[in-house]
Amino acid sequence: MARVLAGTAAALFVLALATPALAQDGGQSIKGKMEFIDGDVRQPVEGVEILVLHDGTLVASGVSDAAGDWEIPVPPGTYRVEIVLESLPEGVGLTDPGRQVLPEVVVRDGQAKSVRFALGPGLTSDVGTWDRAAGLFVIGLKFGAIVALASIGLSLVFSVTGLVNFAHGDAVTLGAVAAFYFNASNAWPGLHWHILLAAIPAIALTAAFGGAQELLLWRPLRKRQSSLISMLVISIGLAFTMRYLILVFFKGLPRPYTNYVIQDNISVLGVSLVPKNLVIIAFTVIVLAAVGLFLQRTKLGTAMRAVADNPDLSESSGIDVNRVVLVTWVVGSGLAGLGGVMFGISEQVQWDMGFKLLLLIFAAVVLGGLGTAFGAMVGGFVIGVAVEMSTLVVPTEFKTVIALGVLVVMLLVRPQGLLGDRERIG
Amino acid sequence: MDVVKVLIDATRAAVGIPAAAFALSSIGLNLQFGYTGLLNFGHVASMLVGAYGMAITVEMGGSLWLGIPIGVLCAVMLGLLVGAPTLRLRADYLAIVTIAAAEMLRLVVRSSLAAPLTKGIFGIQAFADEFFALNPIPNGYYGIGRLRFDARGVWMMLVGWAVVLLAIAFIHRLTASPWGRVIRAIREDEDAARSLGKNVFGYKLQSLMIGGAIGALAGMVLAIDQQNVTPDNYIPLLTFYAFTIVILGGPGTLWGPVIGSVVFWFLFELLDGIMTAAVVEGWFGSLLGASDIGPLRFALFGIGLMWLMAFRPQGIFGTREEMLIDGR
Repeated sequence: MARVLAGTAAALFVLALATPALAQDGGQSIKGKMEFIDGDVRQPVEGVEILVLHDGTLVASGVSDAAGDWEIPVPPGTYRVEIVLESLPEGVGLTDPGRQVLPEVVVRDGQAKSVRFALGPGLTSDVGTWDRAAGLFVIGLKFGAIVALASIGLSLVFSVTGLVNFAHGDAVTLGAVAAFYFNASNAWPGLHWHILLAAIPAIALTAAFGGAQELLLWRPLRKRQSSLISMLVISIGLAFTMRYLILVFFKGLPRPYTNYVIQDNISVLGVSLVPKNLVIIAFTVIVLAAVGLFLQRTKLGTAMRAVADNPDLSESSGIDVNRVVLVTWVVGSGLAGLGGVMFGISEQVQWDMGFKLLLLIFAAVVLGGLGTAFGAMVGGFVIGVAVEMSTLVVPTEFKTVIALGVLVVMLLVRPQGLLGDRERIG
Repeated sequence: MDVVKVLIDATRAAVGIPAAAFALSSIGLNLQFGYTGLLNFGHVASMLVGAYGMAITVEMGGSLWLGIPIGVLCAVMLGLLVGAPTLRLRADYLAIVTIAAAEMLRLVVRSSLAAPLTKGIFGIQAFADEFFALNPIPNGYYGIGRLRFDARGVWMMLVGWAVVLLAIAFIHRLTASPWGRVIRAIREDEDAARSLGKNVFGYKLQSLMIGGAIGALAGMVLAIDQQNVTPDNYIPLLTFYAFTIVILGGPGTLWGPVIGSVVFWFLFELLDGIMTAAVVEGWFGSLLGASDIGPLRFALFGIGLMWLMAFRPQGIFGTREEMLIDGR
């Protein structure tokens, strides 16, 4: 009897080994599990169709089985994987409508590549355009909040110094990466703080870095009366230095924080959304309101606006311009760091995440009016919403193109931006 | 550490194809930035359209020799398209628009919508057989001591550097002409040039288009050598290679881009060789691994660009102080 049991166990063991081996036997594949998740309810979804495209042509398709599993053998390469929405049963929909299509699934030699489509209630297959639009609007607001946070610093620094800081995107990365080391890194310092706590030292570090930049680099350059063009090129050099040093230390793989990685959707006013998005939006609105009050109501904020308006006049009326510029750098970089942490919570932490955001930041500040803090806030939200909502009509891969298109068109029709004053920019 | 090997590798890079291609690219950028004062942060776009214009022509059944003028024409059109609406903007706005336009172009080229024409992220390969079929150099290796190139490399280098020389001759004629004096006047003082009745906008546009055409040739030289174009080769980093080279050699000088490119690639490879050797010898301990050399090299590149622009904006050999250009 014991022998039979042992034999069965051995056979099962071999089978268990063989199953993944089978997948590799025929070469490579793309696979996944269709699972409906609603709170504590998890159940497999059968009969969901998946399409695999290469170069715009259909190469293979598959259907999920009774256990929700599906596997499609393919040669190595990069594929576009789509889920057929019509094949979803009633009451089941994608949790993230932006991920109906995975445009770039890379399958390496001998790899059984897992991809995940998150299924849940709410946005069902027969979801109306309005519901989908509402869902995308919330995602757009979240993304806009991140862009707005990151944009204010660029706009403020421009307003007081006239410098368009190309290294600002990498300040965003710095914030996200610093928070990672306090939150998720097992190496130094190994603290494993909650991400909201880890954000505090990360923001402080980014703000301090902004201040150090001003003291050690930009102020001496201004003193030597360096031209605007040289400072632009220097900020590019700084951007490369920061980005690639971060790559050396952080390495190339994207990594998530330990908190808020996967969240179940909730339904608010009929719109299905991830709670962390709401938190990001709410928190950002509070911070933006605080920045607004700081600029409008405090002495320092007023001084900042005065320097932005006319540095010489402010200096002669007793404002310490250098101090104001320093504060601007510290505040602006700190906000960028906060934006980075939010971006990291929303997606993942990656060495070039800030650079990818930089062009959207440019779009936001130009849209709102370069040099106006409130314009950057408005521009950030408009860009975020426009980028996400655009996926209703254009493929997802054109998201950034849309934002850059907005930037170019804005410069042509109203270069001073939505909230900017008319001045000579030609 | 094998010092000789490191030096030979660096020398090979300094006379090789990337150096020739980036000399050419920088000659184009130098016309825009050095002579005219245009802050074109999207120069890589002209390399992209040049290479793609050529590759797509061949892919659609045309000849490579038809593809080259088509690529140049595409770059000229791009200059017109980007320049016409944006050249009235101030320098910093121009920088933002051009870098945005170049990224937009790259994203569109790699999209699945454009894939029927551009082959998306996979790009187009093996389109330059006609060029290598003309290679008159017999098979074998040529060079001095351990610094040797095969027949294909020699042929590619000969043509590449010949194009560089032609471009230099062209720029020499161009900048010595009244046209050249006007664009330098625009760089020094746009309003003064305008008050003399010069159509500043028209001159800037012409400079952008001609510089773009030269950039397109550079893109083609690189693409022909690799027999490959993929959209993700044309990242903004390439533009800033060219900027560094122009500043290194001295903006607004005839031979600056050529000298700059040779020096740049020599230093770039030298750094790589020294750091790789240092990792092998274990000088960095566990701090840095072999995979960190690439990123570290780019970080040092950034520091170099900052240092140059801050302390030697006139280039390593330049003496003139006229490079204190201001966009405001």
